[in-house]
Amino acid sequence: MSMKVTTRQVDGITVLDLSGRITLGEGSVTLRDAVRDALAKGSRNILLNLGDVSYIDSSGIGELVSGYTSVRNAGGELKLLNLTKKVHDLLQITKLYTVFDIWDAEASALSAFK
Amino acid sequence: MPDSTTSRVSLTLGSTIESVDTVERTAQDFAERAGFDADTIPNIVMAVREAAVNAVLHGNAYDPAKQIVASFETNSDSLIFRIADQGPGFDPNRVPDPLAPENILRGSGRGIFLIRAFMDEVHFRQLHPGSELTLIKHRAPAQPAT
Repeated sequence: MSMKVTTRQVDGITVLDLSGRITLGEGSVTLRDAVRDALAKGSRNILLNLGDVSYIDSSGIGELVSGYTSVRNAGGELKLLNLTKKVHDLLQITKLYTVFDIWDAEASALSAFK
Repeated sequence: MPDSTTSRVSLTLGSTIESVDTVERTAQDFAERAGFDADTIPNIVMAVREAAVNAVLHGNAYDPAKQIVASFETNSDSLIFRIADQGPGFDPNRVPDPLAPENILRGSGRGIFLIRAFMDEVHFRQLHPGSELTLIKHRAPAQPAT
């Protein structure tokens, strides 16, 4: 199963609802394009909802990091929402859990953008 | 009831993403038949997938003239996966530590780390040409001496 992205705007924040697998190839490219599109359209506050992401590999982790860096370099913020246990564990063992701003509730995540 | 008989499969595949998916599915099948629990199977499968990605992407660089060979073996003690490519080879000891502060925000370089994190043994062998990774997961943890 490939990855799908649905984009919505909530209070000036771009929410990307991701579903499927973020892996080398199509999944990683889809995520990269979605973040790039959001930045190109002027979005600077981006929330990635990973609640329906069933699987992520090292390429997908790398793409999350690249997205985070791209948004930061553009003067914005990228936060993560609704990690599955598997993704949570992967970010912990790769020590990225403390790099990302991670939330369990969308309302709280949206409020956390300055 | 896990299957404890020895079984082996060897696949010769092209340097494509589809090959990575084939390796992943086969690893999943072997891990399930070996009786690993639901928390461990995804980790095994991810490690094998990462090894296949290394072979296709970093080893063979998607070269259609090059192939990867993936072999899968289960016996009474272990699951053993071997993934070989025909690339220039690499020195695993020179792979940067992805947990180091200077590398933590790199967009790549976590594959070998994840393989080591999820498998009990990882061995590298230089081929001529290419390289081979052997990934081993023991079916039961070693018991401490009493």
